Amino acid sequence: MLKHYLEPQDRHSAQQMGLKELEWELVLEKLGRTPNLTELGMFAVMWSEHCSYKHSKLALRQFPTTGPRVLVGPGENAGVIDIGDGQAVVFKIESHNHPSAIEPYQGAATGVGGIVRDVFAMGARPIALLNSLRFGELDSAHQRHLFSGVVSGISGYGNCLGIPTVGGEVYFNQSYTGNCLVNAMCVGTISQDKLARGKAAGLGNRVLLIGALTGRDGIHGATFASEELSESSSTKRPMVQVGDPFMEKLLIEACLELVDRRVIVGMQDLGAAGLTSASSEMAARAGTGVEIDVARVPRREQNMSPYEVMLSESQERMLLVVEPERVREVLEICTRWGLAATDIGLVTDTGAVRVFDGDEIVAEVPAQALASAAPVYNPTLQVPWWQSEAQHLDLDALPLPQDLNQVLLVLLSSPTIASKEWVYRQYDHQVRGDTVVLPGSDAAVLRIKGTSKGLAISVDCNSRYVYLDPFRGGAIAVAEAARNVAVSGAEPLAVTNCLNFGNPEKPEIFYQFHQAIAGMAEACRALETPVTGGNVSLYNETNGKAIYPTPTVGMVGLLRDVNKRVTLSFKQIGDVILQLGTTMEELGGSEYLKVIHQRECGMPPGLDLKRERALQQLLVAAAQAQLLSSAHDCSEGGLAVALCESAFPLGFGADVTLENVNQIRLDALLFGESQSRVVATTAPSSFAALQDLCEQHNVPCREIGRVSRDTVVVRVGSTTVIDLPTQDLARAWKGAIPCLMSQ
Amino acid sequence: MRFGVVVFPGSNCDIDCYHAAKAILGQPTDYVWHETSDLSSYDCIVLPGGFSYGDYLRPGAIARFAPAMQAVAEAAGRGQLVLGICNGFQILLEAGLLPGAMRRNDHLQFRCETRHLRLENNTTPFTHLGERGQILRLPIAHADGNYYIDELGLAELKRNNQIVLRYCDAEGQPTASANPNGALENIAGIVNRRGNVFGLMPHPERALEKITGGTDGQLVWTSILKWWEGNHA
Repeated sequence: MLKHYLEPQDRHSAQQMGLKELEWELVLEKLGRTPNLTELGMFAVMWSEHCSYKHSKLALRQFPTTGPRVLVGPGENAGVIDIGDGQAVVFKIESHNHPSAIEPYQGAATGVGGIVRDVFAMGARPIALLNSLRFGELDSAHQRHLFSGVVSGISGYGNCLGIPTVGGEVYFNQSYTGNCLVNAMCVGTISQDKLARGKAAGLGNRVLLIGALTGRDGIHGATFASEELSESSSTKRPMVQVGDPFMEKLLIEACLELVDRRVIVGMQDLGAAGLTSASSEMAARAGTGVEIDVARVPRREQNMSPYEVMLSESQERMLLVVEPERVREVLEICTRWGLAATDIGLVTDTGAVRVFDGDEIVAEVPAQALASAAPVYNPTLQVPWWQSEAQHLDLDALPLPQDLNQVLLVLLSSPTIASKEWVYRQYDHQVRGDTVVLPGSDAAVLRIKGTSKGLAISVDCNSRYVYLDPFRGGAIAVAEAARNVAVSGAEPLAVTNCLNFGNPEKPEIFYQFHQAIAGMAEACRALETPVTGGNVSLYNETNGKAIYPTPTVGMVGLLRDVNKRVTLSFKQIGDVILQLGTTMEELGGSEYLKVIHQRECGMPPGLDLKRERALQQLLVAAAQAQLLSSAHDCSEGGLAVALCESAFPLGFGADVTLENVNQIRLDALLFGESQSRVVATTAPSSFAALQDLCEQHNVPCREIGRVSRDTVVVRVGSTTVIDLPTQDLARAWKGAIPCLMSQ
Repeated sequence: MRFGVVVFPGSNCDIDCYHAAKAILGQPTDYVWHETSDLSSYDCIVLPGGFSYGDYLRPGAIARFAPAMQAVAEAAGRGQLVLGICNGFQILLEAGLLPGAMRRNDHLQFRCETRHLRLENNTTPFTHLGERGQILRLPIAHADGNYYIDELGLAELKRNNQIVLRYCDAEGQPTASANPNGALENIAGIVNRRGNVFGLMPHPERALEKITGGTDGQLVWTSILKWWEGNHA
């Protein structure tokens, strides 16, 4: 009898592995025969949405991906940009949503592990982690369990690696109740001449597997990531991989030593689709083939079939391509770090991934067919039926609250706005000694030792805006991420993104996807921040209900002189408080509308990319000229919340008078989320120079008050609308999440 | 003065300690591999923070068996200085070079933040430049900093003036709310009886430059250097 993993398969088994009818036909065509179980499994994972981008590829082509600083764009393990002096920054963001929804600790932990491997696979030293997290509302015990589990997982894994987790964002919204989002971003630095590539080049070169032993965990994880969640998803818990951060730490050090000594030809991590994807992608990139003997793969479980070995997603493994005469060196370095390193095959010129089990051939599939021949779909798109209704907001019917002090306190204690200290104090954000601006700021700032330079990094996405208007929301996500970097004084350089959406086979969802990308692309072009890569996470639905479309943007910016960085904190009593930009009567999609009026509707605020660009250039110039004492982006909660957040770190107050020249509603004036606005402060002696600079950049600049001792007072004309001690405001803001989490 | 920073698999504050000794203090400094069995050439041996052996079993429980730890014990016996920070402190406890034990933080979470500490003993080689009662601000970053010792041991620590640092509030009071992990009597750092082995949970290597948040950690590093210079003048 034929061994089960060699048995020829049919369309029914293809369907069970998640392949469509047409895809099965295409497999037959590419292979020229009927695939056996192992081969079909390899196709199924490589042609899953997660690995093949088959529904998203065409839409992604809208992104600008080139620019003078882009050294490596999309398609490699991570993007690379030039930061001058022969140095480069390597960065990428990736999702681990479905595993985290099922098993929050391990799901989040292995998400961190995966993105870190993508960065050091390029040869770069990982220097920072960020994350973007989304959960349902915290009044549910299950959501609190997910939230605390995910944070512990990130903490447990990232801390152990000795990579500081320097920033991120956390949002709470009912749309994520059944499908939380866990997006992790890693940033590394490298000397440009040491960049490694994921290529299986050089006929006869050896293929080595290093790191953890291979087990049965995560088989078909990529397929699982490419389908909707349902009640039965918890039975897929065995598909969630288990992380070993200690092994990963050893792997980082060993791989970087290999890169440093220039011992290897190519390197790639084993992530989704494990050995199948690493081998086929490395061969496809180099136009070569590879032969692998699964019998040589060291295992932690007995009786694993070749099928299981090829599809295992066991964590903390890397595939290396090494010239035969240097294999000994690799083994020595790995042994020194206590890592298993095994020669499992070689590079060929057949163009095929040929898998042996000892002497027996168990699979032979063209590498290109696996890595890049998945069908490309152009799904139909249709404006969601709910969209125009959701965009409707009748401001005249919206009551103006009497007590604006109370509104401000409620907003500050909304978990989405409230202090995230409960989260980031669980992360080691200082290890490596380069974190200059700590979490809780617009952007994290790290110095680059041995230079005067610094990196500013942010992650951002207001998904409610994207839900209400995908194009505008997508553009705002990019603009705000760039603004967060610019308020720190850094020039925004490039973008990585993690596109979290529902099922793309539904026309309404694909419309959101396509339009959000179009909006992001327009903003990327206007701000000259090309996209260097990222990740697409589709099928984020539970029982047919999709999440808010969430295209998370990771932005990297460069500070030429890290000593000229700007932070959000007020610095000095008597400093002039300025509003840069203009407040319009915009409440659509605001946190105010959600928290105070329990409505998530309206058009998101308008965005004029020319003004945005001017504002950002002004911010960078003003920082260079050292005219700013502080600068803080106005986002959720608007001007009033931004003032408070700048007052909190050192416990100052603000004495502010708004003129309301455009005669807009008080709630819009205080809590509206008009874009391209910044609350800045400057010493009275620098005020005139800053005004001149604003004029040169054509940025509206209005003095609205002074930094005061310990009370936040806001008057509109002669009426006092807000008057509260900073301490009381800070208590609401700081206490909200710890209070909810101690239930 | 010569510093050796021991690197265990999983150490991750090794580069920070190396930077402190080499770049900030300007002293010759080596990374020392955990398999080293002779540390006699170092005036000060640093056991850095991190997660040696992944903290598996218990923090420090596996690292104590590394060959380098035998050498550390010998060096301590000869009077060389040994500084254990965070995971390094945990290893010193597991190795029996300092008394007591470390438990998981009482709230069960990892905690990374800057804390106030009161200098209780300014007669050690590691703290002699400070004032008794001086308040320092130093970062902590650990999940297992809940120091414990039995009553007899505690009495002995006190009798020998071995308690060096206590968590305190901004006014210097070692209150319960100033205690980040449940450590007995807010203890954050201790020395051995001889005074040449110092273990502490806070990270003085992370508080050396204004740009990264403060300079209070200089007290420890500069004290070490000055003490050595005083003995080798």
